Amino acid sequence: MSLSAFVTVAVLFWLLVTVFAKGLPALNLDMLTKTPRGGYYIGKEGGILNAILGSLSLGVGATALALLVSLPVVLYLHVYLKKLSKRAFIVRFFLDVLWGIPSIVYGAFGFTLMAFFGVRASLLAGTITVAFLIMPIMTRSMDEAFKMIPFELQEACFALGSTRLETAVRVVLRQARAGIVTAVLIAFGRGIGDAASVLFTAGFTDSLPYSLFKPVATLPLAIFFQLGTPFPEVQQRGYASAVVLTVIILAISIAARVFSKKYLKHIER
Amino acid sequence: MDIRNLKDRIASRVMCTLCMAVVGLAFLMAFGLFLKARPVLSLRGIFNVLFSVTWHPTQGHFGLASFIMGTLWVTGIAMLFAVPLSICTAVYISEYAHRRTRTLIRPVIDVLAGVSPVIYGVWGVIAIVPIVRDRLMPFLSSRFPFFPFASDNYTGYSALSAGIVLAVMISPVIISVTESVIREVPLGVREASLALGATKWQTVKHAVLKKAWPGIIAAVMLGLARAFGETIAVLMVAGCALGFVTKSIFDPAYPLPALIANTYGEMMSVPLYDAAIMLAAFILLAVTAAFNMVGWRILLRIEKEGFSDG
Repeated sequence: MSLSAFVTVAVLFWLLVTVFAKGLPALNLDMLTKTPRGGYYIGKEGGILNAILGSLSLGVGATALALLVSLPVVLYLHVYLKKLSKRAFIVRFFLDVLWGIPSIVYGAFGFTLMAFFGVRASLLAGTITVAFLIMPIMTRSMDEAFKMIPFELQEACFALGSTRLETAVRVVLRQARAGIVTAVLIAFGRGIGDAASVLFTAGFTDSLPYSLFKPVATLPLAIFFQLGTPFPEVQQRGYASAVVLTVIILAISIAARVFSKKYLKHIER
Repeated sequence: MDIRNLKDRIASRVMCTLCMAVVGLAFLMAFGLFLKARPVLSLRGIFNVLFSVTWHPTQGHFGLASFIMGTLWVTGIAMLFAVPLSICTAVYISEYAHRRTRTLIRPVIDVLAGVSPVIYGVWGVIAIVPIVRDRLMPFLSSRFPFFPFASDNYTGYSALSAGIVLAVMISPVIISVTESVIREVPLGVREASLALGATKWQTVKHAVLKKAWPGIIAAVMLGLARAFGETIAVLMVAGCALGFVTKSIFDPAYPLPALIANTYGEMMSVPLYDAAIMLAAFILLAVTAAFNMVGWRILLRIEKEGFSDG
């Protein structure tokens, strides 16, 4: 059994080593600061700045949108509803189910929405689709963090005569700050790394993101498309994108870990 | 009514609406995809679409059977690797490992869970595909030239490669859920077993796992749903050959999610093509939602009620 645990750990390192070994030689300043020249699929020069900036803007937008929904939902679950109420159970249940739905289905759903509203593949459509995708993740991980807050705090607030809204905003939110940051980071990491949902909805382009209504390049798709070409020079861009994406995601998960330590400090696991 | 209570009331309404919107999103997705998929169903009939292997969009043939088979092959191989590995790892972490080891392994599993699917695909292409092509395939296919091994696909891009990559991708889910279920088993159960003179392994096998097994089944179901819908990584390593029914672990497989991802560019140009693709998405949604619902029902009940001591 310790062998199987060892295998799990070893696989992660194997994964990181392969990605870095292939990608680091391809990484240089031009790669990070230039857009691909002559088309991302055939052009042999230039870098991946379009994908880096595209992914970041899409990730930030989607995370902000998702936060707008998930924060009120979590507050409602914890302050307005009773702990074991049927309604809270149903909402949690559906969030969990939504979490498990594959991202390609979100992509297809986003695509039908786009067809319905007559929007082309664009930053806006991609952002909304990814927001749908990461909303359940964000809400549920926030939910877990909120569960750590002692209920006595809320009771104390109510006893002092504050309304539920005041309790939620001034006390519960403040207590859960670290948990919220962790949840946001986790969701951001998931959103920035997902390819299947943006494939239909965000499209791909050589240029930097400059309009909400134009297609946008993303790192996962930059990897996917450029590794699929027969040209070694273009594949290099794919490997470099893989390193950039891995570094971003590792940094995010380390940051999330640091923040979650903050509120787990006094809890025996 | 004073202003504070009014604010409270308004906030309550807004929040409640958002909660309902979340629940509604699930239904909206199912409904939207079904609506889009209906034309192909009404023209061809559900059985024709599900059980026919003829896929000729330009001639109006949309048989999804070979893609469904591809999905089953890839998912099956992934589960074969992932389930024993993950359950053993989870038991090790929660029952045997030293506290320090545990705090080392857990972050690794979290990171594995967070790594982007595309990166898994890159790893599959660089590391797994060559191994399958140069080592496993020549060895197994020549020595055991019968059912699951015989194949004439020498590229390495195969159901097996996809299965291995998928197994690594879904292990973190199964491990972390299994582990949290095992942790829910009350200490008293273990103490009682140990007090009766059972060894550590006997305790784990007859007391802890016996209590935890519904939760472990749930964990496996969640992993299964994950594997079923994984797209990009599979697309990169599975080979994805059209007009081909997978008959061996070394054959290329073309799972449903890969089909959706591969055809988005052309599906608007052929009549009913988009309906067939949306049907594939609807099938994925229905299957993964079903597995998730059963899995989470079990898990949420365990969380709510806990395990009894008896």
